Amino acid sequence: MPLLQLEHVSKKFGQVVVADDINFELEEGEAVGIVGPNGAGKTSLFGIISGDVRLYGGQIHFVGQALERMHPSVRCRSGIGRTYQVPRPFENMTVFENTLVGSQQGAVLRGRKSHEAAFSALERTGLSSLANRAAGSLTLMQRKRLELARALATQPRLLLLDEIAGGLTDLEVTELTGIIRSINAEGVTILWIEHVVRALLSTVDRLLCLASGALVADGEPRAVLASEAVRRVYLGDRILNEAMDS
Amino acid sequence: MTWLNIVIQGALVGGFYALFACGLSLMFGVMKVINLAHGDVAVVAGYTAVFLAPKFGVSPLWSFVVVVPVFALLGYVVQRTLIQKSIDRDPFTTLLVTFGLSVLIENLLLEVYTANGQSINIGSLIGSSFQLSSTIYISYVSLVVLGVAVAVLGALQIFLGHTKTGRLIRAVSDDREAAQLSGANYRHIFGIAAGIAFATVALAGIAYGMTTEFAPSSGVTNLIYAFEAVVVGGIGSLWGTLVGGIAIGIAQQLGEHINPEYQVLAGNLLFLVVLAVRPNGLFGKKTAPS
Repeated sequence: MPLLQLEHVSKKFGQVVVADDINFELEEGEAVGIVGPNGAGKTSLFGIISGDVRLYGGQIHFVGQALERMHPSVRCRSGIGRTYQVPRPFENMTVFENTLVGSQQGAVLRGRKSHEAAFSALERTGLSSLANRAAGSLTLMQRKRLELARALATQPRLLLLDEIAGGLTDLEVTELTGIIRSINAEGVTILWIEHVVRALLSTVDRLLCLASGALVADGEPRAVLASEAVRRVYLGDRILNEAMDS
Repeated sequence: MTWLNIVIQGALVGGFYALFACGLSLMFGVMKVINLAHGDVAVVAGYTAVFLAPKFGVSPLWSFVVVVPVFALLGYVVQRTLIQKSIDRDPFTTLLVTFGLSVLIENLLLEVYTANGQSINIGSLIGSSFQLSSTIYISYVSLVVLGVAVAVLGALQIFLGHTKTGRLIRAVSDDREAAQLSGANYRHIFGIAAGIAFATVALAGIAYGMTTEFAPSSGVTNLIYAFEAVVVGGIGSLWGTLVGGIAIGIAQQLGEHINPEYQVLAGNLLFLVVLAVRPNGLFGKKTAPS
């Protein structure tokens, strides 16, 4: 049974189509990247899976369970963790308290176990020395790490990463991809939207490309990036034809 | 000595304002809801203590033991049904809905209990006081109300800072969608926060009924003072609400000392000055300009 299964998923905001009959499956333990130009519907797709955005048509199954009518908090508790493109820590709480919310609510752990899980998420993301710092005072890199730590503390089976490498230096991207690879190596399935293609290529073994809400490519990362469909999406038909002619 | 008396009596009144206001502050801080029916809930608690509690064999003095938990439950239900539905629409709808609730409660109370003043009978306790100096008398009941206010605010502070549910309330107050995607059901947490707000304002309503007469319209008057206490103290700060309540109380006492007609005016003036000089209140956090 696939871990996640999307069948004919569609969504419109008014007349704007953000998901146009999307079909794909994720197997447990996979690391899959999503690329696509701005406005392709990538973040909306994450919203549809995590429950932020209500589905318009189609079906989503997670471990065989239908997600359409499931509350976002229940989706999280059943194993779907998510980070935001712009980190959204609980600013008035400490770094540790942020992950504690994840371990107590998402992973439904109690007492000492919840504290251990929260601290372990901080250790894995290199934030343990900042545990008592107010989340509102963190730098961008630290916020991105905290975003990842809070999602990890919910003990997800599927982790949705939304442009977590955006805005970071090369060194920071390398550090972060190392952490993500180790999370995937432990069996957590990764679905990762990213514009920093270098980061994706070092981590994922499959790549999806979205354009105008539709899935235009799905396969081995380098083959997908080299495909005409993807080049057309990024460069447009005219530029592509000119390039082919010259 | 007169000045000391003004400060002491102002602080005693301010304790009541803070008790009245902490639920208002909590609901605004967590749900961004200005509950215009907050004062009317207090008045309903007063009427419940006077008329309904005795029917179940509970004396008015001890009515809070029953009324406070019942109002906590009522707060949860009202939040999950009426107020949540309006939050899901937009902030103006919450204002309209709570305003409508306020008008409805006041008119129902007028219809059932008339406009006559009522009070909670606490026997000889009402007039008893002790003498601090030749000119300063302190009412036992007012002192107890101030003590209860400090205890409630302290307990709330500990609850929010050190318990799992308190932490969740702070999390949904920061970002309810992010909290939801960390596994928290924010609607349930909103319900708990409203339950606490209703419980504390019910306690304030009973305290009010023990110290003075109340009528269906008392809720609106006290809501204004409570609102001023929250703004003067700084939205989101519970200790700020206590300080704000005491500051309003002292300003009112000072105004009354100058001329009895200036009592309310002095409190309102302090509110305006704080808004002009420190818009975030005495203890409020500065917000970045958008």
